[in-house]
Amino acid sequence: MSETNPKFKVTIDGVEVEVDPGTTILNAARLIGGDVVPPAMCYYSSLQGSGGKCRTCLVEVSKGSEKDPRPMPKLVVSCSTPIMDGMEVKNKSSEKVMDARAGVVEMLLINHPLDCPICDQAGECDLQNLAYEHGKSTTRYEFERRTFDKVDIGEYIKLHMTRCILCYRCVYTANQLTDQREHGILNRGDAAEIGTFIEKNLKNEFIGNVIDVCPVGALTDKTFRFRSRVWYTKPMDAHRDCKCCSGKAVVWMIGDEVARVTARKDQYGEVKEFICNECRFEKKEKSDWTIEGPRHIDRNSVISANHYEVEAPAHTPLLNKA
Amino acid sequence: MDRKLLLEHIGVEGIHTHDVYRKQGGYKAVEKALKSMSPDDIVEEVKKSGLRGRGGAGFPTGMKWSFIAKPEGVPRHFLCNADESEPGTFKDRYLMEKIPHLLIEGMILSSYALGCNQSYIYIRGEYMYVLQILEKAIAEAYANGWLGKNIKGSGFDLDLAVTTGAGAYICGEETALIESLEGKRGNPRIKPPFPAVKGLWGRPTVVNNVETIAAVVPIVNEGGDAYAQFGIGRSTGTKLISASGNINKPGVYEINMGITVEEFIYSDTYCGGMKNGKKLKACVPGGSSVPILPHYLVCKTAAGEDRLMSYESLSDGGFATGSMLGSGGFIVYDEDQCIVRNTWNFSRFYHHESCGQCSPCREGTGWMEKVLHRLEYGHGKMEDIDLLWDIQRKIEGNTICPLGDAAAWPVAAAIRHFREEFEWHVNEPKLCVTKNYGLVTEKKFEPVNA
Ligand SMILES: Cc1cc2nc3c(=O)[nH]c(=O)nc-3n(C[C@H](O)[C@H](O)[C@H](O)COP(=O)(O)O)c2cc1C
Ligand code: SF4
Ligand code: SF4
Ligand code: FES
Repeated sequence: MSETNPKFKVTIDGVEVEVDPGTTILNAARLIGGDVVPPAMCYYSSLQGSGGKCRTCLVEVSKGSEKDPRPMPKLVVSCSTPIMDGMEVKNKSSEKVMDARAGVVEMLLINHPLDCPICDQAGECDLQNLAYEHGKSTTRYEFERRTFDKVDIGEYIKLHMTRCILCYRCVYTANQLTDQREHGILNRGDAAEIGTFIEKNLKNEFIGNVIDVCPVGALTDKTFRFRSRVWYTKPMDAHRDCKCCSGKAVVWMIGDEVARVTARKDQYGEVKEFICNECRFEKKEKSDWTIEGPRHIDRNSVISANHYEVEAPAHTPLLNKA
Repeated sequence: MDRKLLLEHIGVEGIHTHDVYRKQGGYKAVEKALKSMSPDDIVEEVKKSGLRGRGGAGFPTGMKWSFIAKPEGVPRHFLCNADESEPGTFKDRYLMEKIPHLLIEGMILSSYALGCNQSYIYIRGEYMYVLQILEKAIAEAYANGWLGKNIKGSGFDLDLAVTTGAGAYICGEETALIESLEGKRGNPRIKPPFPAVKGLWGRPTVVNNVETIAAVVPIVNEGGDAYAQFGIGRSTGTKLISASGNINKPGVYEINMGITVEEFIYSDTYCGGMKNGKKLKACVPGGSSVPILPHYLVCKTAAGEDRLMSYESLSDGGFATGSMLGSGGFIVYDEDQCIVRNTWNFSRFYHHESCGQCSPCREGTGWMEKVLHRLEYGHGKMEDIDLLWDIQRKIEGNTICPLGDAAAWPVAAAIRHFREEFEWHVNEPKLCVTKNYGLVTEKKFEPVNA
């Protein structure tokens, strides 16, 4: 295979890896794993067109390629920049990157309500994790924060626009996963907002997945809202026979009750198999599901600090550094 | 060489109509090209002419054209960027309004050179009356056989249509323009791929500014080498400058690049000097996005040489002591003007116009505007100045499109050259609301043109 399809060599923070041509810096870093992986708030592997927006994944290219070793003049977004053979990339080892990333995090937070104590996403929020690692505990922003009214978009989903970071993931999900486009972005700049066409209900078969792709608590499950902090629930891998989707999900239990159902996310918070609305919102009996066993959560998350998972090390620190 | 290349016949009565334009030598370039030049010949002449994009970035047009991909069987498109929304810039409007056939002629030549059969002019929505002028002119061009099928028996077909924006500055960024033309939200695309490879409807596309396209007409008529005789160094040809601010004669001027800034401001041929005999305080030479220059760097470079109206000379000294020619929006400020207020005004514009895709631009532009507002209205703090510096630094270079940079540069330059004035706003919170800095302080601005 390597003869017909030569691999490209790339070095990220001093670690070398060989990848197929066309691979982005971010995906090359994910092949290495651990600390060299830049955070990604808007990129989502399965969503075409995603990425490039949040700017958290900025990295420094200190050597362009074997052929043209000149460094790139500006930081580049790792999620949308393909690697070249012999490229050298700095993520954590670049001061410039860490400085720019801290800037991006600060920008993402200035208008964020920081209402984590009452937000359903707390504990599984990418922004929370990002801020923990790159943010400061004080703010230099002294103005009123932007707010929006909460709206119900459909029977099952609540939009809390004030928390949105405009990553566009839900827009791509609605466009690519469901057959009708009824969800988009209105207005411009910091007045931009997620909107459904004249508050039309989002009610097609797969629209519930926008909840899972949302990195923050802007889109939440109305059947679960305020029921529990996620870290008090027990995630279990479960499946059922479903005509519509794979039926493979995670059920989040409180005692013997199914509190909520989500799709299965990988270590980067991405869903590989989306589930349908019926599985997500309507199958809330334990008897609806075949429980496979505890779900291993290997993302940065307070959930992984829970004690239910027998194999988990005794002292997994809160928000460990992955 | 005082000859004009674009506006030579601007004073002729009825020049906006086909017949008068034709009588003045209009469409001769199209005749010449279709009869005796291959598309590649035109690209070659444009390369020789040294023409650089007049939309702001100054990228060599011939080189841009030679990048266009030519996959078998895929149509290509040529687009005219008439979105002109940069504060201080109004030259494209003038050209389209006064001599619309020059643009149409340039569109035909460029489309022929690039092998495009369907071209568009994307005009800003606010230019509704100009749209009507253009549509009338296009109808005349069709009626006279300059557009449509088999133009003048050459076998070359071209359809030309005008579409309008809806009031967003960002739709002047070429990939946002393409999105908008496709009927989508005007968000800039992530590059690569560049439009030359994947542009309108995924097809190879070239976008050029109105003035760039118009300049192709004299280049074809007189040859690339003859065109390159105008101008200076790598700034060949003539340039339309939109002059505004505290000068005696605001308006659009076609200059031969290489005249001195001093001549441009003070000579009666151009701006006619400062209004009311005031002194020059500052100048933004290339539209609101470019760094502002303090009076002592306007007519002279830091090295003490004459500053010229050219790409190179205006950027001499980098951002530390120079600026950019940009789109040629030349704004002059007299001693009475307030730099803090001006900076706030610009930042208000960028905040309003950010498309909101990238976090640093979406959030940072609003933040800068709020801090500047506070400083301008006497509620600012000394730390605000460094805060502003830090915000602009975090935006610059870290965004998808150059609007982020365009929002950052004016703030950076204002602080770099006029820090004192920002500090004065903090120290004099009451006074700064009622009077401009220039009026209160006894500061004397050295008259450069004594
Ligand atoms: C925010 C933004 C606004 C722009 N607005 C315009 C415009 O109104 N007109 C224009 O010709 N170019 C504008 N540009 C530059 C275009 O992206 C593009 O570079 C230009 O149209 C290319 O034409 P040229 O090579 O002939 O200069 C803008 C760029 C940015 C980033
Ligand atoms: S609602 Fe969530 S998924 Fe949608 S754009 Fe906002 S943050 Fe992204
Ligand atoms: S820099 Fe600003 S205007 Fe340009 S794409 Fe980003 S958010 Fe939009
Ligand atoms: S993940 Fe790359 S810019 Fe958002």
